[in-house]
Parts: sequence; structure tokens; C-alpha cells
Amino acid sequence: MTTLFVAGVGCWAPGLEGWATARAVLRGQTPYASRAVAVPAPERLPANERRRATISVRLAFRVAEDALAGTDLAADALATVFASSDGDTPIVDRVCRALCDRLPSVSPTDFHNSVHNAAAGYWSIATGARGPSVSLSSGDSSFASGLLEAMGIAIVEDRDCLLVAFDVSPPPPLRGPCRIGEPAAVSLLLTQRRRPGSLASLRISMVSPELETPMRDAALETLRRTTPPARALPLLAMLACEAAGSVRLQGAGGRTVALEIGTF
Amino acid sequence: MKPLRVSHYTLTTAVGAGIGAHAAALQSQTTGLRPCPAGHAPSPTWTGQVDDLSIPLTAELAPFDCRNNRLAELGLQQDGFIVAVERARAQYGADRVGLFLGTSTSGIQQTEAAYAARDASGALPSWFDFDRTQNLYSCAAFVGLRLRLEGISHVTSTACASSAKVFASAYRALQAGLCDAAVVGGVDSLCRTTLYGFASLQLLSSGICRPGDARRDGISIGEAAGFALLETTPGAGVALLGYGESGDAHHMSTPDPSGRGAIAAMAAALERAGLQPADIDYVNLHGTGTPANDLAEDTAVATLLGTQVPCSSTKGWTGHTLGAAGIVEAAISLLAMQGGVLPRSLNTRVVDPALRCAVLMDNRAAAVRTVLSNSFGFGGTNCSLIFGMR
Repeated sequence: MTTLFVAGVGCWAPGLEGWATARAVLRGQTPYASRAVAVPAPERLPANERRRATISVRLAFRVAEDALAGTDLAADALATVFASSDGDTPIVDRVCRALCDRLPSVSPTDFHNSVHNAAAGYWSIATGARGPSVSLSSGDSSFASGLLEAMGIAIVEDRDCLLVAFDVSPPPPLRGPCRIGEPAAVSLLLTQRRRPGSLASLRISMVSPELETPMRDAALETLRRTTPPARALPLLAMLACEAAGSVRLQGAGGRTVALEIGTF
Repeated sequence: MKPLRVSHYTLTTAVGAGIGAHAAALQSQTTGLRPCPAGHAPSPTWTGQVDDLSIPLTAELAPFDCRNNRLAELGLQQDGFIVAVERARAQYGADRVGLFLGTSTSGIQQTEAAYAARDASGALPSWFDFDRTQNLYSCAAFVGLRLRLEGISHVTSTACASSAKVFASAYRALQAGLCDAAVVGGVDSLCRTTLYGFASLQLLSSGICRPGDARRDGISIGEAAGFALLETTPGAGVALLGYGESGDAHHMSTPDPSGRGAIAAMAAALERAGLQPADIDYVNLHGTGTPANDLAEDTAVATLLGTQVPCSSTKGWTGHTLGAAGIVEAAISLLAMQGGVLPRSLNTRVVDPALRCAVLMDNRAAAVRTVLSNSFGFGGTNCSLIFGMR
């Protein structure tokens, strides 16, 4: 089994704004309190694009920049995996409303931003990354599928990989039919070799169905269950606590994705 | 890389349902494109519509009912594909057969219909099942249930390169030991979002699409479902020899005119296949029929492969099937090898003099052993696949 190394972590969710904040909460040093905070604009996008960046692009960039902060890894050399259950539902809402108008029309900007790989495209433009990049969905299991794809990329493409998982809150009337609650995003910078500053080792496999690893804190457990990127929280909690152990994630298709986290 | 055998494949487009219909239409040079019915698009255009999607769904699959999943069902029923997967499932185990599908818009046509049926309070109708239709993973959840697969699965959604890139994901999952065989494919269906969206970007053709033509003016949107079963076991026949992925890092909806990203994808595919440019017998172009795409791709192909290798876009038959284009053109590439006929650039009247590549203006009988197929998408995502017959 291949071992990967975690070189950086990013996080953004209500009450978990940035890895430094999330780390303190997940270590139990700060109580968790959900609150609505606007997602900062992407640092790496040019000013024009930065102003127009959609909420999903902002979230994806925020956690990608968070994971890269403090490492000397060049963003343009990394492969990327962007995992999102539903992509940009606010755009879906605007497009479907506009198509109901007496004179239907679709905004060209909304249309090109509606592709599931919009965040990946902007990241590639912003960083100059020209390597392999996959944008995927496995519904609630999107983070787990992203991890498996990132492992495949590390093994086969011989590249370090930035995994970004994000989902945004659907606007009404999609809220309800789409079950996603709070917006959340998580990222992991996964390298093939241990580096100075590596946080942990990570072994990923697929096993027979087992129960998922829950969060002990009730509010964090609610967050974990109601927004797909937050399925990563049990893993992030172990990274925050610098603890070795196992995490189980529900995989797409029925099997369980088993993570073995090692410390140094 | 070690060749990855394509042990079974199937294709359904406006041309017809199943491989036989496509072989016949390619031979007779008969397009599946027709004028788009009035009221479906903001301006006159042609589309590649699959006519009869009244196919019944079992009670178990009924919650997934939407145009995209009906198209998937119709596609799965062709060419004995379900039986082939049953054999693989028995051989490897349901949890050892991976499933990787591509789509760009999933079941959004259902969401469009739900918005049109909002009640006075603005709420969506109770029949609308977001997770099983609009959600991007819907088609893999549907196909996984239909084929009784329980292994690794995801949907890749990278615009018009989606169902080319699933071959790369399948290869990686196989190499990583996450599965022993894989079903790959793509499903994308006609919807107002793409008809109005491409029109807003002035990329929709006013008539039938004419890839590579001096007077080309855009795409004809099509719909399709295609699937392939990939196995690592040795055997004669057709196989994936290489793949290459790259990003333009240039613009969200316009290709890099230098062709740099496309060149990188094709070069990576050649390297992985252990082949030289001269080994390629035919290039199935992405060839959407927009002025910018065809020119940028021509620059890339001429730069890397030279100007002698026969090239064509087959979107004149099927239209641009967006997230399904990768699997559609993979299947047509396999057909070209097995049938020994290179398909022409259908609907092209006069090749744009600005293009340097050898665009096929008629079908050509030839021994075809190695084919390269390109798929490029919004966000600057590129994927090239190389197939061979051994």
C-alpha cells in the first residue's frame, strides 16, 4: 500500500475559518461556535477576476491558499483534484430562473462559470498549473473519492497533489431539495515523500462496509453530516491533535474508505 | 503504460442506438443532426437529438427519472453491454469493478422543468428529486445500481473533456489496486442551459456544424451515452495505449491560440504509450466547429504530429455531445480501427485555408492500427487518448 504525506491543510466552514482556527477548535482548545463569516476574496486571482469570483471559487481558493501557506511547494507543479457534490448551485438557480423569463437568456459569465471545473480552471489560470487536474463528484462521498483520485495521481503521475473539497449552500428554492447545509471547504496538500514540516503520513485503502467515524462534538457532527466537504473533519481532527489512528469514510458505491494516519 | 484492453463498448447518439447504427452511418456519410425544433433554442440552429427516450425504468430506478438517465438506460441496453458487465462482475466481484462516468450537465433538464413548474410561493414541485437527477453523481449512481456495481466510482465533470478523462481515472484506480476492471463512459443530454449558454457566448452554429470549414460558425449540440469495459487481462483486440491530461492556464472559455496545452496533452499520451508522432495513423479531432477551437487545435496537431497525418472531426455526424464527447469519439476511433475506414470531416465543404492539417474530405479505407482522439473543455482542460488494435 502506498503511503502519502500531508504537507498542508486548509479549512473554511462556519466557525472553522482557516486551518489555524480549525486546528484550535479540533484540538479542544477553543469551543466550537458556528457563525456566518464572509469568505475572503482569492489572493491569487487578478483584481478583475477576484471581484467577480463566485462563492464556490472563493471557497476553493481560500482553502487551497491555506494549505499552501507555510510550504515551499510551487503551486504550478502540483496536480489538482477538486471534489464537490453539487458545484455552484447559486449559478444553477440564476440560470434556471433566467430560462423561465418571457425572453429567456443565460448570462455568458454564468454559463462559463457553471462548469464543475470552474474552480479548477481559475486555479490553473491563477497559478500557471498546467498539469493533470480532475474535477469530480460522488455526492456525499466526494471528499473520499477525491482522496482516492489524489492517491492514484501520486502513484501513476508521480506528482504531488492538491486536493480541494468544497460545497456551497443552495439558495432557495433549491434549499430543501438539495440537502447541503452550511458552505464548507477543506484541502489537503499530499506529497509522495516526507518533507520537512510534513504533518502526518496517510495510507488509503478500500475495505468492506464499516461505520463512518463520527465527530464527538454534536455541533461538529451536524456539520460533518450536512455538508459533504465536512466529511473530512474526523481526519482533520487527527491531524490537528497530531494523533495516529484510523478514520473511516463512506465511499461511493458502498465500500468504506479506510485512512490510517501516522505521526512522526 | 501496459495497454488497457477495451473488452466491450457501446454508443448511442442522434445517429442511432448501438455500434451497428454508427458503423452504417459512418459508411453512408449520414448525419444524425437535424434542425432544432422551434422554441428550444434562442436562435435557429441544428441539434443531435436522440428521438425516443420513452424507455421504461424499473421501480428501483424510477426515482432517477430524467432525460440524462433515460439516455443512460437506452445506451446501456445496446450491444450486449449489460451482459458483458455481468460477466466481469462474476469474474472480479461487484466491489472490484470500478465505475467512472463523465457528464457536464447531468440531469439539469429536470431542474429547468422544476423551475418552470414553481408554485405561487416560488417552491419547486414535489416530484423534483434533486439528488437523483440534478446532482452530478446521479448518472453514476443510476448506472451503478443498474449494473449492480459496488466498487470505486465517481463522476468526472470537466466540461467537454469529462468522458475522455474517465479513462485516465480508471487507469489510475487499476494501477493503485482499487479495482480489477472498470466501466467508463459518459452521458450528456440536450437542455436549454447549454443551448442558451453556448448561444450567449456566440458559439452556437446557425446551421449544421461544419468543422474545419472556411465558413464554420459554431457548434451543433448533440446528446449521447457511451460506455466501455476496461480490463487489464491480456488479449487481442482494441486497447487504450496512452492518455495525456493538461491545463491551458489561459482562459475559461477560449482555447490558448498557441495550442500549448493541447500539445502537452498529446505529447503526454504519446510518451505514456511509448510511441512517436509518426506512429499515429489517424487523429479524431475535438473539432467543435467554432473558429477559435479548430484553429488552435490545428496549430497544436501540426506542431506536434506534422501536417500529413489524416485528421477529422466526427461532430458533423453526432454534434458536440459535450461531456459525452470523449466516449463518443473514443468509440468512433475504435470503430475506425476495427472497420478499417477513416471517417471524413462530414459537412465540411471547403477546408479553411488557414488550417495546415490533412483534413479528410472523404472516407478513406486504410489499415488503422493507432488512433489519437482529442477532447478539450472550458476551464482550459485537455485530454488526449491513444487507442491501438493489436
